Amino acid sequence: MSVTGAGARVTGAGGRLESPAAAAERVITAILADFRSGRHRGVVVDSPPGAGKSTLVVRAATGLAVDGERLMIVAQTNEQVDDLVEKLAVALADQAPDLRVGRLGRAGYVPPPRLDGLPNVVVGSDLKSLADPDITVATAAKWAYVRDSAWRWAIVDEAYQMRSDALLAIARLFEQALFVGDPGQLDPFSTVENDRWRGLTWDPMQSAVAVLLRSNHDLPVHNLPVSWRLPRSAERVVADAFYPFTGFRTGNDDGDRRLTFTGRGSAGDLAGGVPAGGVPARGAGAGAVDDVLDVAAATGWGLLELPPRYTLRTDAEAVRAVADVTRRLLARGAVASALDRRDEHPVTAGQVAVGAAHRDQVAAIRAALGELAGDVVVDTANRLQGREYDVTVVLHPLSGRRDATAFHLEAGRLCVLASRHRQACVVVARAGIRELLDTHPSHEPVHLREPVRFPDGWAANQTVLAQLERHAVRL
Amino acid sequence: MSAVEAYARLLAARAGAAQPVASVRHVHLSERPLVLVPLTMAGEANAPLAALVGTDERAPALLVVGQPRDRALRFAFASELAGILLAHVERCAAAGTEPVKPPKAAARQQPATAPAGRGAGRAGAAAGGLGGAPAGADAAGTGEQGTDGPGADWEAEAAPEPAEPVRFLDAPQVLVPNRAGIDFVRLFGRSTRFRATTGEHAVPAAVPVLGRWLTYLAGRAEHPGSASLVAMTEALTLHWATGQSALEDANLAALMAWIDPPAGLSGPEAALLAEDPVRWPPAGPATDPQFDNRVLAPAIRAYDAAAAGQAGSGGGDERLGEALAEIQRVARTQLEPTWRLMWRAVDRLRALPAAASAPRRWERDRARFTAYYSYLRDSDGGLPQARRDGAVAAARRLGALERELAEYEADRAFDDPLVLAGHRVTGEAFVGTVVGADRERRRPNERGSLVTRPLVQLRTVDPARLATGTRVRSPARPGQTGVTLAVEPADDGFLVVLELSGGMGRSKVPPPGSVPKVGETLAYTSLLVEGAFSAGLPAPEDTPWTHGGPPSPYEPAEQDARELWE
Repeated sequence: MSVTGAGARVTGAGGRLESPAAAAERVITAILADFRSGRHRGVVVDSPPGAGKSTLVVRAATGLAVDGERLMIVAQTNEQVDDLVEKLAVALADQAPDLRVGRLGRAGYVPPPRLDGLPNVVVGSDLKSLADPDITVATAAKWAYVRDSAWRWAIVDEAYQMRSDALLAIARLFEQALFVGDPGQLDPFSTVENDRWRGLTWDPMQSAVAVLLRSNHDLPVHNLPVSWRLPRSAERVVADAFYPFTGFRTGNDDGDRRLTFTGRGSAGDLAGGVPAGGVPARGAGAGAVDDVLDVAAATGWGLLELPPRYTLRTDAEAVRAVADVTRRLLARGAVASALDRRDEHPVTAGQVAVGAAHRDQVAAIRAALGELAGDVVVDTANRLQGREYDVTVVLHPLSGRRDATAFHLEAGRLCVLASRHRQACVVVARAGIRELLDTHPSHEPVHLREPVRFPDGWAANQTVLAQLERHAVRL
Repeated sequence: MSAVEAYARLLAARAGAAQPVASVRHVHLSERPLVLVPLTMAGEANAPLAALVGTDERAPALLVVGQPRDRALRFAFASELAGILLAHVERCAAAGTEPVKPPKAAARQQPATAPAGRGAGRAGAAAGGLGGAPAGADAAGTGEQGTDGPGADWEAEAAPEPAEPVRFLDAPQVLVPNRAGIDFVRLFGRSTRFRATTGEHAVPAAVPVLGRWLTYLAGRAEHPGSASLVAMTEALTLHWATGQSALEDANLAALMAWIDPPAGLSGPEAALLAEDPVRWPPAGPATDPQFDNRVLAPAIRAYDAAAAGQAGSGGGDERLGEALAEIQRVARTQLEPTWRLMWRAVDRLRALPAAASAPRRWERDRARFTAYYSYLRDSDGGLPQARRDGAVAAARRLGALERELAEYEADRAFDDPLVLAGHRVTGEAFVGTVVGADRERRRPNERGSLVTRPLVQLRTVDPARLATGTRVRSPARPGQTGVTLAVEPADDGFLVVLELSGGMGRSKVPPPGSVPKVGETLAYTSLLVEGAFSAGLPAPEDTPWTHGGPPSPYEPAEQDARELWE
């Protein structure tokens, strides 16, 4: 690592330059000390994307379990629970093979194949069938149904995605808790619009952490300092746009993450306009699609800009462009290398994700991808939270829109979409987003005693767009 | 705006007349709704100036406040309004009762509800400094109750189990012109429900009761699909699209101009005329500023002078009476056009056939009415609704609102092909023809026993965007659920394969007719009412530390009713 690259960013105690690993370790040690000290009922950990949240959860949990403490873990979705159970089982198998992880699921829950055959995992739909495991993991929704049991320790994962009413339903189950989450991601939402709870410290529409901190001012809040996922190229964009106050650094440095192409593929990979039997070697759009991939490979970002136009949400041209980029990426035999991880592997379909704002856009992109849709993950920002891939292709939430609503401006949405990748991210958008932003400054009402949400979605969008425009290729 | 609504607006703009966006009436309409057109005075938050109110178009009651800044007169107005509203409530309650079926599973755990959280107003302390968001609105509002009064908790409580063994056959339905009218009801309820009827600043006995009922109505208006308090502009835009903006649609006169223009005029022409505040005074509660300055201000000044003269010399009742009559006259000029519009709108809505699920939603309104009516008469009930929801009440209310919204949207899509069309455009629903059916298909379930799960294949030209495994239901076969096994592009559209369950009886081979036949045309939608998250929230007194701990119990105190009177 170059000294200048790191030194300008984080310095440790005594002004010495600190390696990312050391900086992270220092913070994690402080978190665990706070959590185990018994001085605080809750400890909050804010984590930028890919900063080792799950690693922290696993470490805190196994630490407690090895010391003979029982604990409960709360996650928000079944996928998150399965992920955690798998990681905990592997970690415990190393350290204390006789300790067991309980996976509490709904009635009829069938564990995914990756949990099958893990000897220290028990699965059940009620506590009795789990027979008192050392660590019990379930979704918040499932925990709400648990009665007549209590734990001294709890870990709440993805706590910023949890609505405060969900925490209200389960807080009786534990005495002390570690709340881990990413404040930059999507806030929990409600289908209901109602201002009657605005300004209340226990507003049920707010995230669990927001309510927790407003009701308990003295809880310690830690920041994980290093993103291990994001490439260096994403550091300034994501940190400036979405974490303007705490910032973060990436664990890798310039040139550590690379994307290279081993083949050229063939024009038949493009759905757009090239009939079977293929006419020229590359269709009209092929040049731009390849160019934007080259730009993304070289710089970590690519913006494929379509001509300005107001469209329906399922903009057929934009959807096709997204599918083309994805298809070409795979056809050209992309190889991802990460010097910081000493890893090099071909980018397979399973390592590519496509993100969009709306479910109908997702469905349209899946349809456009055809057979590939089975392997490439295509999903909404909400569902991509917490996941990571080599390369992501994003349909910009504001592409082709006439208006910029609070939904489309939400900083968390863009943050999720722009921070899932390890190597590079390609954004597909109609031109004219900047003008759209300029004509739609945010005008959300300010409510008394309601903390203002930073960063503001409008500003975050401007910041990201300013960065992306330097990597633009026009179709 | 959905694509269908945008399309309807374009059609309306081209045709110069409003276009239907619903084929049935989704709002329940009482036989005798209580129409309320309130006006407030500019410059003071929610100070009532006048109202036309009544259940008979030809005989509305006109209420006015001679000097809206005078609190004694304001509560005299409240007392008169209470006379009318409470009589209406009693009429509804006297319309008879019906027995309520006991809940299906009595054993089903009832979320800690009942008289939970008697008082509880820690929020009074925590949020006391808030001063009430729309401050001034009830400058009167020092008489704040804490949070979580039993009233609030009761109201937010959403258990489907009926609270009473019987249900009234009727419930009050109040129609106001617009959303601001609902806000007026809410704020006026807030400024009256805490008033004391004895001691200093006593108000007539009916005033705090009025406050409770107005708050009840405003609370119901938050519930999707409730018809207890309805804003007419919103009821109309639910059924018609105009060629003007949503902002312009909030003007009742302009909206009705598109829907029901006078003979010889097109919608836009009539709407343009409707924007003239002299011809069509605003539907309130805010009044036209020109009217305020030129007409109302001199009338109120004359009233003040007469009142001062009366106070100074003793006599002068006649002058005061004349001044009041003048205010009544000018108020009437502002209210009557809206009054007539309201009834025309009621007639237009009544002409539509009621939606299939509207009576069920009205039944919920009736059940809530019954419960609140008995709560007010309960020996240890009758406390005013809390000013704010406590943590538990808020969570419970939010859960109830979300559930009702989901139900309401699904119901409307089921009841109305025009609403369904909106979901067909987004791919959440489709209409297709059955092209294949495997009626006798059986497969093992999770436990390994064989169950009947027929397959049907439908061909549709809709852009069906349903992920595999999505649950769908057809309005024509509400008891049967389908799960999409595959959605494949077929010529000109999609081929959807559904696995059906339910609605086929218990025999191994489903009886004829219980499975769709080849050639049948069916609509399927993925908008279903799912069992929502409603598991045990704690009782308010067990509010956990994460949410500020248990609120301290509310003790009624003398100063609750104190306020600056002058």
